Amino acid sequence: MTLFEISRKRLAENIAFWIFRLLSLGVMGILFSILGFILYKGIDVVNWDFITKMPEDGMTKGGIYPAIVGTLCLITGSMIFAFPIGVMSGIYINEYTKDSWYRRFVQLMTANLAGIPSIVFGLFGMALFVNKLGFGDSILAGSLTLGLLALPVIIRTTEEALKSVDDSYRHASLALGATKLQTIHRVTLPVALPNIITGFILSIGRVSGETAPILFTVAAYFLPKLPSSIHDQVMALPYHLYVISTSGTNIKDSRAMAYGTAVVLILIVLILNLIANAVRRYLGKKYKTN
Amino acid sequence: MIKKFINKLIEGILMLSSTVTTLTVLLIIVFLFSEGLSVFKESPLEGDNIIVLNHQNKVSHISSSDIKDIFDQKITNWKLIGGSNDSIILFTFNEINNYFSEEELGPEFEYLPAKMDSLLESQSGMIAVFSKKYLLKSHRSKIIQADKINPYSFINGSEWFPTANPAVQLGVLPLILGTLYVSFVAILFALPVGLATAIYMAEVANEKTRRVFKPVIELLAGIPSVVYGFFGLIVIVPLIQSSFHLPVGETGLAGSIILAIMALPTIITVSEDALRNTPRSMKEASLALGATKWQTIVRIVIPYSYSGISAAAILGIGRAIGETMAVLMVTGNAAVIPHTLLEPVRTIPATIAAELGEAPANGIHYKALFALGCILFLITLIINLWVEFSSKKRRIGK
Amino acid sequence: MLLEDILAKSTKPIKHSNMFKIESKDVHLHYGTFHALKGINMSIEKNTVTALIGPSGCGKSTFLRLFNRMNDLIDDVKIEGQCLLDGKDIYSKEVKIDDLRKRVGMVFQKPNPFPKTIFENVAYGLRVNSITHKSFIEERVERSLKQAALWDEVKDKLKKSAMALSGGQQQRLCIARALAIEPSVILMDEPASALDPISTAKIEELIYELKSEFTIIIVTHNMQQAGRISDTTAFFYLGELVEIDSTKKIFTNPNDTRTQNYITGRFG
Repeated sequence: MTLFEISRKRLAENIAFWIFRLLSLGVMGILFSILGFILYKGIDVVNWDFITKMPEDGMTKGGIYPAIVGTLCLITGSMIFAFPIGVMSGIYINEYTKDSWYRRFVQLMTANLAGIPSIVFGLFGMALFVNKLGFGDSILAGSLTLGLLALPVIIRTTEEALKSVDDSYRHASLALGATKLQTIHRVTLPVALPNIITGFILSIGRVSGETAPILFTVAAYFLPKLPSSIHDQVMALPYHLYVISTSGTNIKDSRAMAYGTAVVLILIVLILNLIANAVRRYLGKKYKTN
Repeated sequence: MIKKFINKLIEGILMLSSTVTTLTVLLIIVFLFSEGLSVFKESPLEGDNIIVLNHQNKVSHISSSDIKDIFDQKITNWKLIGGSNDSIILFTFNEINNYFSEEELGPEFEYLPAKMDSLLESQSGMIAVFSKKYLLKSHRSKIIQADKINPYSFINGSEWFPTANPAVQLGVLPLILGTLYVSFVAILFALPVGLATAIYMAEVANEKTRRVFKPVIELLAGIPSVVYGFFGLIVIVPLIQSSFHLPVGETGLAGSIILAIMALPTIITVSEDALRNTPRSMKEASLALGATKWQTIVRIVIPYSYSGISAAAILGIGRAIGETMAVLMVTGNAAVIPHTLLEPVRTIPATIAAELGEAPANGIHYKALFALGCILFLITLIINLWVEFSSKKRRIGK
Repeated sequence: MLLEDILAKSTKPIKHSNMFKIESKDVHLHYGTFHALKGINMSIEKNTVTALIGPSGCGKSTFLRLFNRMNDLIDDVKIEGQCLLDGKDIYSKEVKIDDLRKRVGMVFQKPNPFPKTIFENVAYGLRVNSITHKSFIEERVERSLKQAALWDEVKDKLKKSAMALSGGQQQRLCIARALAIEPSVILMDEPASALDPISTAKIEELIYELKSEFTIIIVTHNMQQAGRISDTTAFFYLGELVEIDSTKKIFTNPNDTRTQNYITGRFG
């Protein structure tokens, strides 16, 4: 072979890379066709009335206001529970436990919890919160169930965020006579904050879209009023979409409502992702984490 | 002093929070299994029903599937289930008027117990299932036990009719097979595509392309499963129905396609991370020997990240097995053992989601669904531990 | 500094350009906004050992990596000027990178054998260049291992993992691996910096012997090493080629005071 010869292996490389390129573009194509299709069909439905009105006529007309409020309630409830516990747990694992069996055990359990299917969370929530503790189908039961689901996500991101803080920050602070707690409070946490917040936002995304855990713990099929206490049932966006696209009284006529609901769900995830990326970028720059 | 105390207190609180996940896993195990395992103490008969035979009948117990076969008239002779050679005569309440007139039964069925008893005694091969309250106090006929649900027939039974009369059929084999079938086919679709994308992102694409791909894949991961299910329902299901000329489009194939799309982000991210872990020095050594990029990928990068890629596949399967809503919406939910991808199938999570709402709390159906939850939990637990330990080994190996 | 100047200072007589194995003509290299190489001119004769010395970050490794185009792997690199191998520009469009790298072997700073058997490590370069003939491969593996003075130590364990070898053995394996595809030039990037003195001595001895068949360029931090093994020494400083001359001259009577300061240990 001379320096200028074209060989077979180069042809193989070209073919392989073109296949990869096409498959990757295919993956992008799938995503954009899903998003594009739903947005195209549903964007006209989404207007001010749609998001501020009660459903009407067997959920074929009107809006999805109670479902939006319900989902907001569930997000708030689950985060009140999961965020502090998750962050504190992450701090403890990363800052207080050395490479001990305890740390490995907790990490293993967190990983296991993260891998449990959401429907199992639903079963568990129903058995413990709804039946055993007697909360009934309620925002309280639903929020706790969703909170447990979000917990491993928050713990993991907190851990990762803290791990990426350079040890020299900690050592510098400790060398100045600060206690461990002061170091965490004044040095480590502020530097890790952007990534922790990113994790928080992404777990909101996860919670807002979950259906299986709320099926038997809180979600109402049709409830055209707003909740007045944490012991009330609520409608929720993902469950609402499930209901009107599969088992509503008139599936055909509620199709437009279904598209609209799907658009709202996608927009929520899209916006949360954008915010998370922005936070990562801007706050990250401010503190320069690696 | 106080400061020290506060520090200790806070450390204690932090430690307590770190136990919450462990506690939750334990509680899930306790609740799931205490509800789920109690299904094996249950009789398959509905409510306070009992099985009553002629007193000369030698059969002393009977399994739930035999009850079904008897009432479906698939078993028509007692000798098939351990009795004497005598044909089985079924008594069902639908036919009650063939035996007795309304006057004979009395206004509030008050004479029914006596009538039933003498009817059963007059026909040596008769079997009847009815509520305990219709049993004559001084009955001559023989009451036999229906076998309790046993774990073997639960796992191995091929019929899932949790509300059947007179005896429920709780065989989860079709559900287990349906779940595995749909999930594995999904991974068969998703793994090559996902791996190709991961390789493209890790080794071929330039930084700019990666900066576009990465957030898009994250977005793909964040879209709620009901949205995928909805998309499947209105686009993929009709497409499958028309292109294969099927009576219904809700099939295992529809489920596999949706699950494949949903498993893509997991597979792509995990295997891309693994590919990126290949030391730069290995890749440079290969390139410096005149290998093309592609040869380097095939001969060095992929073997090096093999365990990470297999972890990606296993995690993808785990996600697919546990996925509920999307599958529930597109697979048609027929609880039969699947033979082709173009039939409706039903998975374990979809069954739980579809039926738990209608199952009365603490009834046999309810407990059976929790037992399904246990199976699902165990499958995913094994998968998680497998991935976790194989990745430990990988880290130590390096 | 112009090519003519360098050549004028060289103790060797100037001949026609195509007698040089390797030449660089006014090469500039930028990493993003960082100007890493500033107009390097150098000519290297066949079957010589050239040592590149200079403090960390002076551009000597970057310069070395020009000749098998390893710098191409880094995003955001801009290269100007000409790099010639046997009188042909290796950055021209017609040159296929993998063919170039077959002709220009490289040994890295840290031993980096593949996680494969010893045999497969040496055979790798042959296999990726579409050579499948079994006995040919076996022959070539044996010859390369002998050339790298490793054969006697590993001939009984060719099917064992290369990772089980000692650091020095691994590095000689990497040299054997580079030799197997019969390059005409071997680039060495501080090949002995991660090794103990005994292994280092072996590698140096090896380099001396390989000179008869190959043209070798070696980056080193070790002055004594450069003095022991090289014919020509080039001193780099802040992305510039300060001075290139016969090794003897550089170490005894350099022209530039910066070279003088460096080799006497005033900085670096």
